[in-house]
Amino acid sequence: MSDRLTVAKTYKLYIGGKFPRSESGRSYPVTDAKGTFLANAAQGSRKDARDAVTAARKAFAGWSGTTAYNRGQVLYRVAEVLEGRREQFIAEVASSEGVQAKKAQSLVDTAIDRWVWYAGWTDKIAAVLGSSNPVAGPYFSFSTPEPTGVVAVLAPQQSSLLGLISVIAPVIASGNTCVVITSQDRPLPAITLSEVLATSDVPGGVVNIITGRTAEIAPWLASHGDVNALDLTGAPESIRADLERSAAGTVKRVLRNKPSEDFTVTPDMSRLRAYLETKTVWHPMGV
Amino acid sequence: MWEYAPAPESRDIANLKPSYKMFVDGKFVEGTGEPLKTINPATEEVLAEVSTASQSDVDTAVKAARKAYDRVWSKMPGSERAKYIYRIARQIQERGRELAVLESLDNGKPIKESRDTDIPTAASHFFYHAGWADKLGYAGYGPDPKPLGVAGQVIPWNFPLLMAAWKIAPALACGNTVVLKPAETTPLTALVLADIIQQCDLPPGVVNIIPGAGDVGAALVEHADVNKVAFTGSTDVGKIIQGQLAGTSKKLTLELGGKAANIVFDDAPLDQAVEGIVNGIFFNQGHVCCAGSRLLVQESIADELIEKLHARVNTLRVGDPLDKNTDVGAINSREQLTKIKELTAAGEAEGATRWTSSCPLPDKGFFFAPTVFSDVSQAMRIAREEIFGPVLSVLTFRTPEEAVAKANNTPYGLSAGVWTEKGSRILWMAQRMRAGVVWSNTFNRFDPTAPFGGYQESGFGREGGRTGLEAYLDV
Repeated sequence: MSDRLTVAKTYKLYIGGKFPRSESGRSYPVTDAKGTFLANAAQGSRKDARDAVTAARKAFAGWSGTTAYNRGQVLYRVAEVLEGRREQFIAEVASSEGVQAKKAQSLVDTAIDRWVWYAGWTDKIAAVLGSSNPVAGPYFSFSTPEPTGVVAVLAPQQSSLLGLISVIAPVIASGNTCVVITSQDRPLPAITLSEVLATSDVPGGVVNIITGRTAEIAPWLASHGDVNALDLTGAPESIRADLERSAAGTVKRVLRNKPSEDFTVTPDMSRLRAYLETKTVWHPMGV
Repeated sequence: MWEYAPAPESRDIANLKPSYKMFVDGKFVEGTGEPLKTINPATEEVLAEVSTASQSDVDTAVKAARKAYDRVWSKMPGSERAKYIYRIARQIQERGRELAVLESLDNGKPIKESRDTDIPTAASHFFYHAGWADKLGYAGYGPDPKPLGVAGQVIPWNFPLLMAAWKIAPALACGNTVVLKPAETTPLTALVLADIIQQCDLPPGVVNIIPGAGDVGAALVEHADVNKVAFTGSTDVGKIIQGQLAGTSKKLTLELGGKAANIVFDDAPLDQAVEGIVNGIFFNQGHVCCAGSRLLVQESIADELIEKLHARVNTLRVGDPLDKNTDVGAINSREQLTKIKELTAAGEAEGATRWTSSCPLPDKGFFFAPTVFSDVSQAMRIAREEIFGPVLSVLTFRTPEEAVAKANNTPYGLSAGVWTEKGSRILWMAQRMRAGVVWSNTFNRFDPTAPFGGYQESGFGREGGRTGLEAYLDV
């Protein structure tokens, strides 16, 4: 062991490709599973959430407009950078979740593999979910899946990296952009993920990450007129129904997955489908 | 204008009965709610008395559906379910004329539309979905996707039988049982469908049809033993239902309102475009959630197009829905007529230029002459709110980018139309429309194989196609 004093990291928000502190000026102490102080995280506010939605909306046209092949490459690039930070993630997951190094290693490896899995979906979704419709008339009719828009994601409270990646990757793989409220008590791997995203080729604003109190920030996202969908996975039980009621005010798509979701299991397409619209296009045939 | 001799379809074909009962557990029974009188909106005469469901009738119907689900329908092989659904499709075809006349009587829509669109498309939805019942493992939701259970379905008055078919056919194909509430003003064809279902010998309780007003619908969607709610209707009510279901595990699909842009570029074949615009907004008196109610026309051709449009709309015949020559029938209810009048008055008050067809209107009944507003700006109510009537708002644009921005400038997102001869522009526009259906060089086409449904506040979930099955499967 060197007796060199380490350089402690300042953990900030990630909005529009930048790393601001919370406009509220607030921060809160984050501890490891045993209660030892790790860092001060920014305590995001309503204003931060609204700024993040603005950034996500601004990024939507560009991100949803890129080719699926290009999105796949960008997301695969993220996996490459994740792999390079593997040791850091293992350490952060171990301290955040209070698991042994070996378990943390397995969680991080699964998380990186999960990201690769979703990266590979970008240019297959339309083929698997789309259709050519054999309509009873002289028309060419086809249906394609399209991203819903801006998705507010309440990340799982327990699974700090694997869970986080499992809820973000399916949102952006299909071209949505998102605002993510991290695990309240285990936010550090999420901030490190934001550094990975910032140094990959993911355009700023595609993923916006806010640390803080889920119950404080989530209602502003659930009622926000420019948010199209809401993932309740990490929502505290006591406010889930209220969030859904707020979401109904603008007919948001609501994913009601439970906090108990097991992210070590290989997923199916349901999280991809949750944030997709089907567009059907018709054109007459004739000479 | 051409003179046409009256060519009315005989109302006797409708087999109209003085009273109709609700259909629960395979039997026609008196509801314990206050009976309603359904009227012919073209004459305001009472057509029939219809029994309605009370709160306890809703419970009885849901119990019947649950029992049928647990004991019979969920255990039946898909191939057997398929044959029941095929039977329904065939009987709708066999009784097509009766259903068409009854639909026009109860709803007010022209007989040529109920005869050529509503009833055949209803039959085709059953026929199409019947084939899925034993092929669900191929639909892309895993090898053996499961049904949800009891579906509570609430439908609107604009396409009464067709909406019942859109709801019931996929629900049954996927193995669910159904409690359906038809609209208060148009319950009759759904109850003839119940008669068909009885004749097809469907197991009791698999389909239950309970007429009534909004309170019956609310009781149905809130019933604790309903697993799936499907609603087609206004965005306002859709939001209420979504709120009611918050915190439950009920699966929800909503098909709500719209304010579709129908976009005409300067290179479009104008005569065809005019036909498409007319079809887009005057089909079914404009009582269509996906109606092309905002015409966006490129500035350079606006005057020419509007002139052609006025000339064409002037030839539309408004009147007796049973007359085979009628193009525009009756507004479905006094309430709806009042709403249309209120919004068109707002259009004038806000400064839009109103043009109204010179066609004569019948002396009685609920009628509204086809109306076109020009000089409409985006902030006006007639450009933002769903009028759900034969009223078109015309706006202009200069560039494709401006057309996209204006078309998407709405909380809705159900449909859009694009008229241009340039193929690459069609695809470019279609990609940018934030709407669930894009009709290019056509409008208002529907098919059971083609998924239909909205973006944003036009709802979520799709009806039709492989995509539409998701709404009725536990996936």
